[in-house]
Amino acid sequence: MNLQIKQEDQGNTHNLYIAGEVDAYTAPQLREALLPLTGKESHETLVHLGDVNYMDSTGLGVFVGALKSSKEHGSTLKLRGMTSRVQRLFEITGLDEVIDIEDAKGGSK
Amino acid sequence: MINISDFVEMKIPAQAEFVGVARLTVSGIANRMGYSYDEIEDIKIALSEACTNAVNHAYKEDEKGQITIGYGIYEDRLEMMVLDRGQSFDYSKVSEKLGPVDSDKSIDQLSEGGLGLFLIESLMDKVEISGEDGVVVMMTKFLHRDGVEADAGTISSTPK
Repeated sequence: MNLQIKQEDQGNTHNLYIAGEVDAYTAPQLREALLPLTGKESHETLVHLGDVNYMDSTGLGVFVGALKSSKEHGSTLKLRGMTSRVQRLFEITGLDEVIDIEDAKGGSK
Repeated sequence: MINISDFVEMKIPAQAEFVGVARLTVSGIANRMGYSYDEIEDIKIALSEACTNAVNHAYKEDEKGQITIGYGIYEDRLEMMVLDRGQSFDYSKVSEKLGPVDSDKSIDQLSEGGLGLFLIESLMDKVEISGEDGVVVMMTKFLHRDGVEADAGTISSTPK
């Protein structure tokens, strides 16, 4: 029931590696890590979700907020390497149409 | 005639850190009943969404409330009831906002909340909500032991 977040920066590119469960309890932790990055103009944030084994709408809500923040501040948000389980949630809710997602097999939408 | 073979009930504090406890419990029950991996994941999400709603909507004040969860284990289905006794929220108002994201809308119009109930309705076979004394969310997932595809109302787990 925990969430691990690791951040690696290369210049204006930020890589966030997320592992564990994103739910109502851990989502605030993700939001705190993510929003300061999307708030930086012309920076790029890549969120790697390959080790996320559970996510629900609270996690989707964080990414909606981060997407809004990135548009507002002129930064870029990309989600990478999510499992088919997690990707399915983005598809059901239609968020895959508005967020830049690349699945584990590669190939950005 | 009601024909419950087993019933599990638990009470958890209406706090976000206990939603995962309810999720682990239902995972164990659904696994015992013979649901597939994907179905168990769907059940976990639906139950978590209902509990999260109860945590968020029901007890806005500092009051330490409780959520009661009932798991009705039937031969052909699992029924989950999530009950909170806090202030009820206006479901008709909430359900108006339900639905997938419309990519024609601008990003500003996207709601950060409101996806929870939509997910419950997408992932479960039957959902009933009543709000007279607190809020009760009743969710049913049928068990297809014979491997027959679930009815058309459910969304295929196969990626597009």
